[in-house]
Amino acid sequence: MTAVVAPIVLGAAVVGLWELFVKANDIKPYLLPAPSAIWAQFRRSFDLILDAAWVTGLNALVGLLVGLVLGLLAALVAARSRIADGMLGPIAAAMNAIPIIALAPLLNTMFSATSSVPRRMVVAIVVFFPVFVNTARGLRQVSPVQRELMRSLNAGPGAFARMVQLPGALPYFFTGFRLASSLAIIAAVVAEYFGGRQNGLGSRIASAAASSGYPRAWAFVIAACLIGILVYLVAGLLEWLATPWRRAGSAAGRRRRPPAVPALAAAPATAPAMAMAPATGVAPATDDASAPWTASRDG
Amino acid sequence: MTSTTPPPVPALSPTAAGPAGAPPAVEVPAVEVRGVDQVFPVAGGGQTVALSGIDLTVAPGEFVSLIGPSGCGKSTLLRVVGDLLTPTRGEVRVFGQEAGEARRAQTYGIAFQQAGLLEWRTVAGNIELPLQVHGVKKKERRERARELLELVGLADFAGHWPAQLSGGMQQRVAIARALAERPRLLLLDEPFGALDEMTRERMQAELARIRHETGTTVILVTHSIPEAVFLSDRVAVMSPRPGRITQLIEVDLPGRLGPPGESGDAPSTDDAPSADDVREQAAFFAAVTAVREALRAGGPT
Ligand SMILES: Nc1ncnc2c1ncn2[C@@H]1O[C@H](COP(=O)(O)OP(=O)(O)O)[C@@H](O)[C@H]1O
Ligand SMILES: [Mg+2]
Repeated sequence: MTAVVAPIVLGAAVVGLWELFVKANDIKPYLLPAPSAIWAQFRRSFDLILDAAWVTGLNALVGLLVGLVLGLLAALVAARSRIADGMLGPIAAAMNAIPIIALAPLLNTMFSATSSVPRRMVVAIVVFFPVFVNTARGLRQVSPVQRELMRSLNAGPGAFARMVQLPGALPYFFTGFRLASSLAIIAAVVAEYFGGRQNGLGSRIASAAASSGYPRAWAFVIAACLIGILVYLVAGLLEWLATPWRRAGSAAGRRRRPPAVPALAAAPATAPAMAMAPATGVAPATDDASAPWTASRDG
Repeated sequence: MTSTTPPPVPALSPTAAGPAGAPPAVEVPAVEVRGVDQVFPVAGGGQTVALSGIDLTVAPGEFVSLIGPSGCGKSTLLRVVGDLLTPTRGEVRVFGQEAGEARRAQTYGIAFQQAGLLEWRTVAGNIELPLQVHGVKKKERRERARELLELVGLADFAGHWPAQLSGGMQQRVAIARALAERPRLLLLDEPFGALDEMTRERMQAELARIRHETGTTVILVTHSIPEAVFLSDRVAVMSPRPGRITQLIEVDLPGRLGPPGESGDAPSTDDAPSADDVREQAAFFAAVTAVREALRAGGPT
C-alpha cells in the first residue's frame, strides 16, 4: 500500500513546492514554467499531444520489438558457440560505448525525409544492447549442479535449453527488457531532434521551445514521461506474468533479481542531456529539462 | 530416448532371490570399481591426485557410505560411478554395464549436496523432470510425482515453488526427484549436509525407510560418522589425498530397517524399532568407534 501512496504523496508535494517556488520568486517561463501553466497548455493542446504521442510511441514500440528480437537472437547465438560469443561480446561493448543517438542525423540522410525508419533503427540499436548483454549473461548462468543433473538424465541439448537454460535466463532477459523499454522512449524522442518528419513529441518539444512556447514544450515533455512510465509498467507486468516463481511469497525468491549490467546506467543519462542542449537553445533550461527523463527512467 | 531397455527392476526382490536358496555368489554386483585413479590438472602445471587405486564392490540392495576428511575425493568417486567424470585410469561397471551405458540407460538417480532444484518449476514439476526428459506422458508423471511426494512427506506442497520451501524440504524434493524413475542405484552426495541436527536425523530415518521400501542400492557420501553408521551396511573409510579406501567396516545393527526382506521386515514399518532405539544400542556406539578409529588411522583430518 505504502509502495503506491508514498510516491504519489511525494510527487504531489514536489509539484506543490514547484508551483510555490515559481510563483513566489516570479521565475521567467523560459527558466521554469509553473505546473499550472504547463497543465493549461496540456489541456489546450491535448489533441495535438495525443497525435504526437501516438507517432513517437509507435516508433518506440516498433524499434523496441525489433531490438528485443535481435538482442534475444544474438544472445542465443552467443550462448551456443564460444566463437560467436567472442565476436559478439566486444562488438556489443563497442556499440554501448558510442552514443547511438549520434547516428540519428546520418541515418536520416540515408532515408527519405518523411521516413520513420531511421528513428526506429536508432531505437532498435539502443534497445539491442541491454537485451543482448543481460540475456547472454543469463544463458551462461546455469549452475554446475543443474548441468550435472541434466547430464545424469542423459538430456540432449534441446531438452537442456528448453528446461534449464531458457527458463533460467528469463529473469535476466526481463532485466534487459525493463532497461530497454525506458531507453526506447528516450531514443525515440531524442532521435526526432535531428530532423525527419516533424510530427512526433521530440519535434514538437523542439519547435515549441524554438518559438518560446516554454509551457507548451513542457506539456509535450510530460506526455513523453507518461509514455515512458506506461511502457515501463507494461514491461514490469509482462515480467510479473512470465516469472511467477519470483513473486511467490518468500523473500528468497525476491533476493535473486539479477543485477543489471552496470555500464548501461550511464548511457541514457548522457543522451538526452546532450541532445536537449541544441534543441532548447537556452542554456539554463538544459539541466531542468533533463530531470523528467531521469525520473521516468528509474520508475 | 534410450535404445537400451533397462533390465527389469528388482526393486522388491531380496538379495538371495534364486530358486531354493541358490547361493547369491554369482550375482552381478550393483557397482564394481576397479583400480580407479582420478588426476586433475592444476592451473600452473601441477596436478591433484584425487583418487588413487580405488577398488569397491557394492552388492545389489546394499547401502554403502563413503566417509573421509573433506577434499579426500568422496564426491569425485561418486561422480565417477555416475559417469559424470571419466576416471583417468581404471574401470567402473554398474549392474554389469559400463558406467556410461548405465547412465544412458537411467540406472541411477542422483542427489547432490545442494538440492539443485529448478526454481522456475513447482515442487511437482521438479520431481517430474526426469520423467519429462524421457518423454513420459503428463498424466503418468503427475501420478508418479504424487506418489513420491507422499513418500517424502510433502504431499501438501506439490504446487509450491522451491523458494517457498525450507532447506530440508528442498532436499527431500531432490531425493524424490532422484527416485522418480525407480532407479536401481541411488547416488547421494552429502544430501543432508546443510541441515540442522534434528532435521538431519529425521531425514536419515526417512531414507532408511525409503531404502527399506524400495530395495534400491545406495551409495551415500557423508562426513558424519553417526549418519554413516546408522544407515549403512558397510562404511568405506577414505584417507586424505590422494584418496584411497583404507578400510571397509561392516555395520550390523540388530532391529534396524534393512533391505526389503531382511532384518526389520515386519509387515509394517510401524512395529520396527524406532530410529532412536537403533541409535542408542551398544552395537551402534561400537561401530561409531570403529569408524572413528579408522578415520584417525587414515591420517590427520
Ligand atoms: N573438476 C575438478 N577439477 C580440479 N580439481 C578437482 C575437481 N573436482 C575435485 N577436485 C579436487 O579433487 C579433490 C577431491 O575433491 P572432492 O571429491 O570434491 O572431495 P570431497 O567430496 O571428499 O570433499 C580436491 O582436492 C578437489 O580440489
Ligand atoms: Mg564433496
